[in-house]
Amino acid sequence: MTLHLTNLGLIPADSAVPDAAGHFGAFGGRFVPEALVAALDELAAAYAAARTDPTFLAELDHLARTYTGRPTPITEVPRFAAAGDVPGRIVLKREDLNHTGSHKINNVLGQALLTVRMGKRRVIAETGAGQHGVATATAAALLGLDCVVYMGLEDTRRQALNVARMKLLGAEVIPVTSGSQTLKDAINEAMRDWVTNVADTHYLLGTVAGPHPFPQMVRDFHRVIGVEARAQLLEEFDRLPDAVAACVGGGSNAIGIFHAFLDDAEVALHGYEAGGDGVATGRHAATITGGSVGVLHGTRSFLLQDDEGQTIESHSISAGLDYPGVGPEHAYLAQVGRAHYHPITDAEAMDAFGLLSRTEGIIPAIETAHALAGALQLGRTLGPDALILVNCSGRGDKDVATAARWFGIELGEGV
Amino acid sequence: MSTLHEAFARARREGRAALIGYLPSGFPSQAEGIALATAMVEAGVDIVEVGLPYSDPLMDGPVIQAAVHQALTGGSSLANVLATVEAVAATGAPTLVMSYWNPIERVGVGSFAARLARAGGVGVITPDLPPDEADAWLEATTSAGLDRVFLVAPSSTDARIGAVAGATTGFVYAASTMGVTGARAAVGAGARELVARVRAVTDLPVAVGLGVSTGEQAAQVAGYADGVIVGSAFIQRILDAPDHAAALVAVRALAGELAAGVRAGSPAVTR
Repeated sequence: MTLHLTNLGLIPADSAVPDAAGHFGAFGGRFVPEALVAALDELAAAYAAARTDPTFLAELDHLARTYTGRPTPITEVPRFAAAGDVPGRIVLKREDLNHTGSHKINNVLGQALLTVRMGKRRVIAETGAGQHGVATATAAALLGLDCVVYMGLEDTRRQALNVARMKLLGAEVIPVTSGSQTLKDAINEAMRDWVTNVADTHYLLGTVAGPHPFPQMVRDFHRVIGVEARAQLLEEFDRLPDAVAACVGGGSNAIGIFHAFLDDAEVALHGYEAGGDGVATGRHAATITGGSVGVLHGTRSFLLQDDEGQTIESHSISAGLDYPGVGPEHAYLAQVGRAHYHPITDAEAMDAFGLLSRTEGIIPAIETAHALAGALQLGRTLGPDALILVNCSGRGDKDVATAARWFGIELGEGV
Repeated sequence: MSTLHEAFARARREGRAALIGYLPSGFPSQAEGIALATAMVEAGVDIVEVGLPYSDPLMDGPVIQAAVHQALTGGSSLANVLATVEAVAATGAPTLVMSYWNPIERVGVGSFAARLARAGGVGVITPDLPPDEADAWLEATTSAGLDRVFLVAPSSTDARIGAVAGATTGFVYAASTMGVTGARAAVGAGARELVARVRAVTDLPVAVGLGVSTGEQAAQVAGYADGVIVGSAFIQRILDAPDHAAALVAVRALAGELAAGVRAGSPAVTR
């Protein structure tokens, strides 16, 4: 089977949401300092031209096939399903097999090519788990761009391996010491850099949040995940799935796999948020489940906030989901009832992490483990004929130290 | 209480620019913050911006971030901000609130505007709310009788400047440079041109902020703008002061220097 981004990857121009100003129903939009409006307009115009430009699409397609390794396969995981007491079938979309280890590279290559088209020489990025930072550093190395990655100090400790990877790739990693020293503060710092250096710098935002056009553009670059998976399921299983499961922090991998199924009314869409210690404890990152509507980082969506609009710090074992906001299209899909969002605790995620590793020989990212845990919960409620598609959004190499601590495996002690 | 309009008109009559000082509420403490803002006014600040401390101040540089962090750690609340506004407005200086958008939206635009007006506030500066997203806010501020101040930047197109000026009342806030708040060695060279572009589309006063920290810079900006906005420089003096008494002295000294600066700005502002 041959899949081509050029004819399958991007959204048709008549997509109903967002509107021209980036609104997904009551969500989205653009809440930014005036100084950034010109840059966002420039970006929106550049993207609008690129998404229908055969030259741009051919370049992106070429990189996706020869550099990223697309299309990624789908893999059925019967031992995982059986061990998890799921009577039906579970199939993984293997974004973990992409170059750099997660779905993040899809968006990064698209935006990096746009950066070159806009004549800018420098990219900046935020990162939580480090996957987006690594992907951005990779694309910058590939295209000869200067690269600065902002990462919360707390996250540089949790994800030391990815810090080293970014440095090996030639990027400068700046630890962010303000606020909670995690992803949210890294975004603040990246925005401050961007407003100061916007003339020669593109902010390569890593998720489907932020001001318009980021939620739309990042979604479009990840849409290939669902487009491929849908075609692969039809070819190998001769049917659509009953449900699609994905983890949701900012929500880029989830939007990427959901989008191709939006018009398939019989396919349920489930997003799994980071429940941390449990939503009832207040120590979580389950924004849609436990948050309220507000504006953060340039967009209106659900967020974790107090009664006076101060952002509440999120908590999750997964650095990549440890974010108090969520992309506005997810807020929209939740509000209109097309997708459903549920919390998965740290413990539930780590159980699924261990189970997939032992039963299938696939060590997932801890972020991804939230989707896997959700798929097990969902699968137990469905019959033996059920088919669940899970976005295996990333691999767990970066999480080995965290997982070893969790499971009591001592590092550096021999056997 | 005088209005923004009156404050700018008085400055114009005196052939000078107005001096606008910023301090976040609750910094370094609620009572000390009020005393410092009062000292600013006594030493020559015409208009006060009371900052509403917010957890994610992405337009602010390290100095204001540090002050806001201290205010939040000290238990800043909307009630405290309104109490600060009430106390500062009692000095007779028109007092605005500078707030990021989410705390306003969260409380409710109508409720926020009404409570601020009751506290004696005359307006609100919203640095991350473009007029494009401000329909409900225009209605709420009009209904409460508050001025609403939007920003323009050197990167703004003429069309954007027109839209911003059209939505603004009170004065137009011109960001002197592309960047975040904080003192700079020189005020952005594009500020003068930006002010001229704003003047081409509106009769509203234009005040310049970002990077003004000395009397000399204030004089320079006063040569072409109706108002000079200073924030980080005040906060830096307070952070550097060993105690509250020293902070009061330092704030008075800077306000005096800047007040002399806006009077030295030549030629006098002409319309």
